[in-house]
Formats: sequence, structure tokens, C-alpha cells
Amino acid sequence: MTQLQSPQRAGEATPAVASRNSGRGRSILPPALLFCGILAVWEAISASLSPGRKYLLPSPQSVLVHGLLAHDAYSQILPSFVRTALLSLGGFLVAIVFGMIVAAVMYRFRWFERAAFPYLVALQAVPVLAIAPLMAVVFGYSDMAKGLIVVLIAFFPIPANFLLGLRSVDAGLVDLFRLHRTGWWTRFFKLALPNSLPQLLTGFRISAGLAVIGAIVGEEFFQAGVPGLGMRLLQYLDQVEYNRLYGALILSSLLGIGFYSFFTWLSHRLLRSWHESAAG
Amino acid sequence: MVHTLSRRDLGEKDALAFSGVALTYPDGTAALDEVELSVKRGEFVSIVGPSGCGKSTLLKLASGLVAPTAGVVSVDRDRLGYVFQDATLLPWRKVKDNVGLLLELHKVPKAQREARVRETLELVGLDAFSEHHPRRLSGGMKMRVSLARSLTMDPSIFLFDEPFGALDEITRERLNEELLSLFIDRGFAGVFVTHSIYEAVYLSTRVVVMSARPGRIVAEFDIPFPYPRGPEVRFSAEFAQIAGKVSYALRGQIA
Repeated sequence: MTQLQSPQRAGEATPAVASRNSGRGRSILPPALLFCGILAVWEAISASLSPGRKYLLPSPQSVLVHGLLAHDAYSQILPSFVRTALLSLGGFLVAIVFGMIVAAVMYRFRWFERAAFPYLVALQAVPVLAIAPLMAVVFGYSDMAKGLIVVLIAFFPIPANFLLGLRSVDAGLVDLFRLHRTGWWTRFFKLALPNSLPQLLTGFRISAGLAVIGAIVGEEFFQAGVPGLGMRLLQYLDQVEYNRLYGALILSSLLGIGFYSFFTWLSHRLLRSWHESAAG
Repeated sequence: MVHTLSRRDLGEKDALAFSGVALTYPDGTAALDEVELSVKRGEFVSIVGPSGCGKSTLLKLASGLVAPTAGVVSVDRDRLGYVFQDATLLPWRKVKDNVGLLLELHKVPKAQREARVRETLELVGLDAFSEHHPRRLSGGMKMRVSLARSLTMDPSIFLFDEPFGALDEITRERLNEELLSLFIDRGFAGVFVTHSIYEAVYLSTRVVVMSARPGRIVAEFDIPFPYPRGPEVRFSAEFAQIAGKVSYALRGQIA
């Protein structure tokens, strides 16, 4: 997000900073150009539609003006955006806490890994929409049920990546710690946990994107309670409010991109001093 | 399990003693057989042998990381230093925090730890790099950090598992000289596994030659040069002669 501002800032910055920013500018230039290209294609397709079908794909500026910026549009969609963001974040945090605990227990007890890992994979393989009706019966059409959908969809990458990171400690380092007769907890906190950070953060990144998908799917399925973006999408479809439909779609994507970017930034920030993945 | 570590088995000045030590893997492969070796304080013993003869395994037995299937290993494990083939640094820790790791694991108070780390970093000439992360150091510097980390524990027995094998020749020779001055200064007992006969002869009071698997000790050579040994020792006729003898004994094992 912050990267988007750097080209404008480069002009007014000192030379040293400007050269650094122009390096950044280069890296955002290709996606920025592609973005303009996509807008142009969108515009062209929209313009080519016959007046009777034009509502199916309004032009970009129409979506921006009528779908997002108009007062009655944003006053409805912004609270929904916040709502969905909180739902994704909540489910994601629950997935982090439980995912990390499950992986740590698997790391500690091999038998538990052998026993539970197949179910973890199975959980990942079950189409969430297939169990959603069951959850509706058990939890009702509630926030609890929506949150559970988020957790289910976002869960797997966290224990899987965390466990991989915990297990990939250099054998020499394990010997060193054993040599000094350290206990399991010391090895866990001083060796395995920091060692797992690159993989764990990768898990966070994948899972954050999935959490947004889970939140929207959950809202679309349960269609109850305070309306989030998922409910708005279906509502606008019903009401043939295509400007707003595209607006909600764009906000949903931004939410996913925002989550992903935040964890990419965090990962770079935490790892740059020592890990190859964040070199430079 | 065989009782491996006890101080009562140690002789008056033995820092490390192997008696009748054998190691057979569960699949039946004999790694080491009938190893008899004792190293006193003030001795520096190098072990050379063909690849796969169990030299590194010998160190794992000496440190207690691996237990022998027969025989007894006696060592004071509380003051044991071990430098591995790789520097085995924690990449997320700065140099000073890597050097302080063992003190931290042994719960030495912070102030004492910091003083000790500073001292040791000066000793190995890395005080200017204490705030760096390992990835920014060269191979030789990483090895120095590794050495410094062990030195903080003031070991009475110091095990080296081909520590300089991956370094270029110049760096290796410099580190050899630095290691010797540490040895003279600290007076620990050293056990040094290497592939290089020259390195072995230059550093040691005694060079031990091992046979191919199952590893046995087949020859021992006392190295007569007094310490401190300047780099010029390497170019003396006597040095070449001893190196030749060690080499000959080693060839007998490989053939």
C-alpha cells in the first residue's frame, strides 16, 4: 500500500532517497501499467456493450462514482467492509492460535503428529460449503458459524508450515543444544521457534488471504446478522445494482490484498537481517 | 545403556579416555572397534584417517552425543568445548548473542555474560563485528565466532571436527596459528579431526592414524616441535619427514 505513494514522493525527496525510491518505483511500475491496461480493456468492453446490456458491466468510473463514492453507496458498503475485515481477522487469529498449538504438540509428540496429521489434511480437503449446512444446524445462522467457516478455510497452512519450520532445524545446532543438556522448552523457544519463523510467516500470508475468502463465503452462505461484504454481493445481485456489486467486489479484493501485503511486509521486516528470503 | 561419562574413571591428568570403545549401528555396521585413546591436559591430539572411518563419530562419543555399544568413555562433560564442521551459528542472532549462547543456556547472569562475551570477541579479533548477523561474515569469521562461543565456557577438553576444512588455505593457516596461541594460553586438552596431514602435524603434540571402517587406531606419532610454533616450522626438513611418515601410515590404510 505504501509503495503506491513512492513515485509521487520521489520528485520532492532528496537525491539519495529519490534514487532508493526509484528502485521501488521500478518494481511497482509493471503492475501499475498492467492495472491501467486492465482498466482500458474494461472500459472498452463496457463501451462496446449494447445500451440494453450495459448494466452488466458498467464503466470503471461509473463503478467508482455510483458504486463506491456516492453517499448512499459508501455509507452502506463501508460498514460492511469493516464487518468482513473483523470477521476475517477474528477467524484468522483463532486459526493462528490453534494452528500453532496443534503444530507445537505435533512437534513435541511424534505419535500425535502421526495420529492427527491425516485428519488435518482431510479437513483441508473437505469442501467447506458441504459442511456449512451442518454448521447451520449446530450453531444456527450466527456469527459463530461464519467465524468457524473462516477458521476452517484458513487453518491448514498454519500448522503445516509451522511444523515444517520447527522440524527444519540444522542437525548441528540440535547437537549443540543437546551437548549442553537443554530441556525441551529451551530448545523450543531458543532454537525451533525462531528457526520456524520464515515458514510460519509464509503460513500466515497464505492463511490471511484464505481468511478473507472464508469470511465472504461464510457471509454468502449464512446471510444473517449484520451484513458484511458477502451479503452485500448477493443483495446487489438481487437488486440489479451492478455498480455497487462491482464496488463490493473491488473492496473484497482490496481486503485480501491488504492482508497479504501486511504479512509480506511483516515477514520482510522480521527476516531481513538473517534470512535469504528477505535479502537486500 | 553403557555408562559412558564419569569423572572417577579418569586418570590423574587424563581429560579424555577411551578404553575398549566400540560402536556398532543397529543395522550391524561396525563404525569403531577397540579404540584405546587417552588425552591429557596440555596435549593436542589430531586424528587423521580415510573418509568414513569414524573420526567424527569418535568426537560424538567423546562428547556423549552418542553412546558406545561397548567400552567406556571418560570425560568431564561440564567443561567440554565442541567445534563442528560448520560454524552452527543461530542466523537470527547477532554475533555477540551467538557467542553468549552457551553462557545463556547455562544461566550465567547477564552482566557477567556480557563481560565474558566482550573479552572473548576481543580474543578472536571480532569485537568490531559484535552487532553483525552471521550472514554478513566470511567463512573464516563465522568459524571464529563458533570458536569464541566454545571458549566462553573455558573448556578443559576441546573437540574440533574438521573446523577449517571448508576454508581457503591462507585463512586455514591463520586460524591454525590462532588456535595454537589459544591452546598455549588456555592449556586445554585438544582433540582435532582433520583431513589435512600438514594441519595435524603443525598443531599437535601427537597425531593418531585411524584405519578404514571399522575405525581402529593403527599408528601414533609424537610431534617433537616445542610451542610456540612459528609458521616457519611447516618448512623445516623434520616437519616434512614426520608428515611423510604420517602420510605413509595413512596410505597403508587406504590401499
